[in-house]
Amino acid sequence: MSDVVEKKVEEAHPRGDDPRTDVITEKVSQEEIEEEKKGAAAQKVVDPDYLFLKAPREKQFITGSEAAKEAIRRANVDIAIAYPITPQSETMQQVGYLYAEGYVKDYYRAEEEIGVMSAIAGASRAGVRCLTATSGPGLMRGIEQIQAWPGGRLPSVLLVMCRVINAPLAIQPDNIEISFLLNSGGVVLHGENQQDFYDYALAAFMIGEKAEVTLPVAVAVDGFFVTHARGWVSTPAENMKLPPRECYHEAVPMMDNENPPIRISRDAPIQKSNFISYQMHASWQQEVWAAQERSRKWIDRWLGGLVEVVNPKAKTMIVASGGAVSQAREAVRQSTEQGLDVGLIKVKSIRPFPTQELIEGLDHAEKIIIPEFNYVGWLAKEVKSVIPRVERVVSGPRVFGGMSMPTELIMEKITGEYK
Amino acid sequence: MASAEGAVRRFSIRMAGIGGQGVVTASHVLSNGVILDGGESTLVPFFGSEKRMAPVESYVRISTDSIYEIGEIIYPNLIIIFHSQVITHGKSYTMPFYWGLKKDGVVLINSEKPVDMIPDQVRELEEMNASVFYLPATKIAVDVAGTELATNMAMVGAISGILNMPGEDALAKSVKERFVGKGIVTSGGTASLDSVIEKKFAKKAELVEKNAAAVKAAAQYARDHGWDKWQQNRLAAVKEQTVGAN
Repeated sequence: MSDVVEKKVEEAHPRGDDPRTDVITEKVSQEEIEEEKKGAAAQKVVDPDYLFLKAPREKQFITGSEAAKEAIRRANVDIAIAYPITPQSETMQQVGYLYAEGYVKDYYRAEEEIGVMSAIAGASRAGVRCLTATSGPGLMRGIEQIQAWPGGRLPSVLLVMCRVINAPLAIQPDNIEISFLLNSGGVVLHGENQQDFYDYALAAFMIGEKAEVTLPVAVAVDGFFVTHARGWVSTPAENMKLPPRECYHEAVPMMDNENPPIRISRDAPIQKSNFISYQMHASWQQEVWAAQERSRKWIDRWLGGLVEVVNPKAKTMIVASGGAVSQAREAVRQSTEQGLDVGLIKVKSIRPFPTQELIEGLDHAEKIIIPEFNYVGWLAKEVKSVIPRVERVVSGPRVFGGMSMPTELIMEKITGEYK
Repeated sequence: MASAEGAVRRFSIRMAGIGGQGVVTASHVLSNGVILDGGESTLVPFFGSEKRMAPVESYVRISTDSIYEIGEIIYPNLIIIFHSQVITHGKSYTMPFYWGLKKDGVVLINSEKPVDMIPDQVRELEEMNASVFYLPATKIAVDVAGTELATNMAMVGAISGILNMPGEDALAKSVKERFVGKGIVTSGGTASLDSVIEKKFAKKAELVEKNAAAVKAAAQYARDHGWDKWQQNRLAAVKEQTVGAN
């Protein structure tokens, strides 16, 4: 049988230029074999607990985009789908290099964000580990699909590099877009710096794929301030990666693409106007939000809790997420230097929201300051919706449109003095 | 009061110049130099539509302690002006160029002679008790490195002379890393400018050497003119306060 095939090839390519046979007959040098063993091919699957918590780490001074690249390198990603938008482009370009080097199995540039987010849904439904990233207007364009991911119980990781979404057009950091993700049902983490962007992005894959969670996880950071600026990032060695996605151990089965007839839709639309269908959709939604709650355990385990508390007994407490945490840390330091009693609660996870942690952590506080990088103050609204005695909350300071927040603005709120 | 001394050892630097001068590169070289010297530093450029001759700003934080703050620096201790047009033509994202300068700060300007300022600007700088230093950076670059493209290196050298950090060796290593090893992620415009610079020098080694020489010469210029006393005075003031408080 093989003789026949070979002969046919010969006939079709009388000059012996058949690319298939050329490849097969080419002699592979020892160097090439050695090269194959390096990089992606040399990576070993390790236990997530080991990779996140125990593996020895080395410090590097790199940008947020590079930090994300290092997370993806170790994430055993099956498919990454990109569509460029500033300030996200640099990261997905780095992921492109990872694809070229064999760390990411498949990668392509989709037609636009609706296409990206739809394709992510398809890939996740097929049971593979997926990644995409977007910013500001790109998130807005893709959001119809993004809202559908949690209900589809589709684990995937969405990196969000925040930028202005409102007109007039701007590319600067402003994290108002996170507020549009809060009611989807998916997990939403908000990283403070380059280190968080590495840790949260990598842990996000495992959190979302846990059987009791089975949800997409969005990891947001402030664009430019994190993505394009350098910071210290400690990472374990490159030769380790996460175990692959176990799609048979999730809340719902993945789509069977191998045994015909392939089911076009796993979850049939619930369109009939009868009581049964309402009940079905209601219970489905309840289950999505319950699944989100169940992700707490893994956020606690791998990211050290939904919040981080600095100076827990201080009378004035700052509550912040994302880049505002960094500014708040500096305000805490300056306050301490001035002999003022100021503490900080860093909110790492916006969904699930650390309701109990905030009620307890703020119980003693006389004044609560919530600095934000957006106009509407979505974090202040979230905090006020769960804590008692909301008159303690001093809204702001807020900057928006891409401004940075000088620590001096937070100090004004702390001291009550305006310079 | 050791913490007050800590505050004196934290510097926020705003660099302003015009596109093509290497302002962002200068901030990378300075920041990386501090890191190589064992200090802490972060940097962030202003992100807009960069192009030749358009305003450029870049921000560097330097400290002996950990740095938390991110983003652009609104209230710097040092303002570095790479081109007199920042002042005379208003080619700046910050107007006037010294807006936000902290009291007792430094303004370092690349110019051979004092730049014409309107009386109000002179008065406000005096009210802030700002030290205004003029460095002939472009002249140093041409004399020492043989090209005005090394102006940014001279500016970095003078900053190290004023702050007495980073050290000479660390800064020389940082210059080398910029052009040879451990590349810095640059924009397309910067990459094409790099190839122009490389053509000017026969070898990369020469490029590194000449740039490092410009850094060194400017650092020496700063010390020769007693600019390093600014930092010494700040430390002395803290010590005096400490003694007074006791």
